[in-house]
Amino acid sequence: MLKNQNIEITPELIASHGLNEEEYAKILELIGREPTYTELGIFSAMWNEHCSYKSSKKWLKTLPTTGDRVIHGPGENAGVVDIDDGQAVVFKMESHNHPSYIEPYQGAATGVGGILRDVFTMGARPIAAMNALRFGAPDHEKTRHLVSGVVAGVGGYGNSFGVPTVGGEVEFDPRYNGNILVNAFAAGLADADKIFLCAAKGVGLPIVYLGAKTGRDGVGGATMASAEFGDDIDEKRPTVQVGDPFTEKCLLEACLELMQTGAVIAIQDMGAAGLTCSAVEMGAQGNLGVELYLDDVPTREEAMTAYEMMLSESQERMLMVLDPEKEDVAKAIFHKWDLDFAIVGKTTDDLRFRVIHEGAEVANLPIKDLGDEAPEYDRPRAAYPAPSTLGEIDSNIDIAQALLTLVGNANGASRRWVWEQYDTLIQGNSVQVPGGDAGVVRVEGADGKKALAFSVDVTPRYCEANPREGGKQAVAECWRNLSAVGALPLAATDNLNFGNPEKPEIMEQFSQAILGIGDACRALEFPIVSGNVSLYNETNGIGILPTPAIGGVGLLKDWAKMMTLSFKEEGEVILLIGEKGTHLGQSALLRDCFNRIEGDAPTVDLEKEAKHGALIRDLIDQQQLTACHDLSDGGLVVALAEMAMKGKIGAQLELSNDLGELFGEDQARYIVTVKSDNLESVLAAAKVQNVPVTQLGTVGGDKLEAKDIFAVSVAELSDFHESWFPDYMAAEAAQ
Amino acid sequence: MKSAVIVFPGLNRDRDMIAALEKVTGEKPHLAWHGDSDLPDVDLVVVPGGFSYGDYLRAGAIAARSPMLKRVKEHADRGGLTLGVCNGFQILTETGLLPGALMRNRDLKFLCKVIHLKAENTTSPFTSAYKGHEAFPCPIAHHDGNYFIDPDGLKALEDNNQIAFRYCDENGNVTLEANPNGSIENIAGITNKQGNVLGMMPHPENLIEAAHGGIEGRYIFDSLVAAVA
Repeated sequence: MLKNQNIEITPELIASHGLNEEEYAKILELIGREPTYTELGIFSAMWNEHCSYKSSKKWLKTLPTTGDRVIHGPGENAGVVDIDDGQAVVFKMESHNHPSYIEPYQGAATGVGGILRDVFTMGARPIAAMNALRFGAPDHEKTRHLVSGVVAGVGGYGNSFGVPTVGGEVEFDPRYNGNILVNAFAAGLADADKIFLCAAKGVGLPIVYLGAKTGRDGVGGATMASAEFGDDIDEKRPTVQVGDPFTEKCLLEACLELMQTGAVIAIQDMGAAGLTCSAVEMGAQGNLGVELYLDDVPTREEAMTAYEMMLSESQERMLMVLDPEKEDVAKAIFHKWDLDFAIVGKTTDDLRFRVIHEGAEVANLPIKDLGDEAPEYDRPRAAYPAPSTLGEIDSNIDIAQALLTLVGNANGASRRWVWEQYDTLIQGNSVQVPGGDAGVVRVEGADGKKALAFSVDVTPRYCEANPREGGKQAVAECWRNLSAVGALPLAATDNLNFGNPEKPEIMEQFSQAILGIGDACRALEFPIVSGNVSLYNETNGIGILPTPAIGGVGLLKDWAKMMTLSFKEEGEVILLIGEKGTHLGQSALLRDCFNRIEGDAPTVDLEKEAKHGALIRDLIDQQQLTACHDLSDGGLVVALAEMAMKGKIGAQLELSNDLGELFGEDQARYIVTVKSDNLESVLAAAKVQNVPVTQLGTVGGDKLEAKDIFAVSVAELSDFHESWFPDYMAAEAAQ
Repeated sequence: MKSAVIVFPGLNRDRDMIAALEKVTGEKPHLAWHGDSDLPDVDLVVVPGGFSYGDYLRAGAIAARSPMLKRVKEHADRGGLTLGVCNGFQILTETGLLPGALMRNRDLKFLCKVIHLKAENTTSPFTSAYKGHEAFPCPIAHHDGNYFIDPDGLKALEDNNQIAFRYCDENGNVTLEANPNGSIENIAGITNKQGNVLGMMPHPENLIEAAHGGIEGRYIFDSLVAAVA
């Protein structure tokens, strides 16, 4: 007899669990009776957008997810990609948007904790982290507080856990005023033949609970409990979980130690919807049933109900299926690290998901149906508005002033204030830290030369103007950033942040962006191996800018050949690889110097991207270049300024005063420098590949100077570039 | 040189320190787990960096009271060479092996960057190899590195030549601007009065090979190898 905790299943209760009438009818059909309260909670957890991808699945299926190097694509805790020598990189990106808006420090911290856990659950030691952060307008009343809390939270968790943060993005736009984005990326290193998966194997084997104790934190997070149920859930308790990086570090070490003993048959971290989601996935993926005994779950609060235990999102917890013969070994390792270890269930052969609490069965559900039968929607789409027409642009502007504005405003200024709060150097392998085109980390356990490059990119204003080109551009820019340091781009993870999918226009935006991502990933042989979808990012009916962040990983055979973007020595020749700029629609110049958001996104010619990127990588491998930088926001002049500031040395340039040429954001372009001895061979190589090259000038002096067009001292540029962030944040105290 | 690295749960630069010791000395250090009661007889004991026990109390306070630290103290009291880096420095001040305290950084934020250090004393067993390399770049990564000591204590440090490193600019000038965390008199590292215990906030273990952008961190380990030879 199923115990129902004497709670009546009313239409209001069903609605408060985020289940609509149709979905509830499907539940009744699947189980042939009314669900218990706990079962309702379980369905709600498994069938919500976050776990079931019910609105996005149809479109996600169109993405390329396979490739010669792909060992595991989407569907596992993280993607796994071969990096030669029997090694694999394991990586994923995930959002923690809503919690970070409510409680920025803990929201961001647990976002980092969750993604690190996804990586080490698979048997990989985390070696790099990145984060993509988007905040509202700088003058919005909440922005400073959110920036300060999120950055401290990201750092607080990652620094203590001990993973270097090697890259990321920070962007401000009023469209994120009521809904910031916190997307965390992590990558780990594993032996390619020792990857741990979540599918349980073997009947009657113990299911073990590991890590921190279960509390009531996060219960409301997944289920949106309404006020009527105050007796069951302490409504005042924040729905945001509290992170404990110390426990997570111990959990990492204990898990890796245990994995070496051969005791682990299957492992799954408890993330969203905690015990429910992890136990169901283990069983369903392994074609087995699962029985859980909640009385044996370690709890840190008294009198927790079955419902609360099943839906708690307490952090730093894992579920494993263990080889029973090695139970003592496992127990000893976890006790050594002072972590909880409890047998809380077993695998069964009947494909049922049974939950037993205080001697009574509180749930008995068909385990496969919880995942496989989850609703899947082809949500209606409506025609997306065509990009606005680009009006006349007054070309008679002070170029130097425009440049200073672009490198010194909220979106163009240096992010040093942010990344100096992250430990970028721990583990001793960071050969390129934030501030370049990509972060680069040496790989241990091989020849000492191998390295991995990481970059995360998206240009939301392009995606808003033209979702398909914007989707392509996000992939292309990420791929270009990896190429610019000399890395061969291998694969990517996507974090798709959008508004309400029930609005046909948003659904169209979402589907077009995914199609664009797919186009680019196919053309650039850059498969998507993991990812996360975050929908309903809306406040008071205003959606965020569409933000499909792409996190990419590239491979360098020898980090000593790695390229950086700084100008190196006087007299080196500066070249533009790719066509001259023309495209000012949706440009940073237009937004930041004219206060206009207009026009179409730049077109991404994927054939050119592939060709130009291949040339760049070849030239870097042949050690023909001395610096390389991809062109993005602000176009040519901003890229040149960044190279000058980083190298603390100027340049003498031959440029026209055409704004498109100076600030256009056309794609598939790089600036490189070469020693004059190598100029001929670089030009010849470009000619052979039929890639356009323009000689722009030479490195030298203390000014960035284009005859008759503009001249700015590098010191003044740096002053503008470095001061915006600290000055803005310093005003916090004054507020 | 025989060395031991103390491992507490929550430390995270232990692996960096182990790698550095192995690369410079050619010998794997012994790993001493915090809960063990024995510390083998070694030339050098290192307490590495990280967040021991999460540093949820005062940084280093819990680790300083662990059984293994009693053994470390005995080793140091016998004149054994003892190095504490970052959290290790905090732990050694908490045990009283080194004077003063490490407070939250002046700007109240975690700070990771490459700063410059000046070796103030090239006669200690930790710093002799810095002769001729007195100013060098070195990474820091900490939240609580703001060294403080009372005026009498400061005078004693200066009188006894106990200040090992100060924060400086790239030309070796000890200036206010070059002080990243508010430490009194730009102090980045000190020894005990006897000179056999060094605590420092910067990370020499992350500065020992070309990939680190410099090798000046090696000189600490080179100095130690020379001292025990």
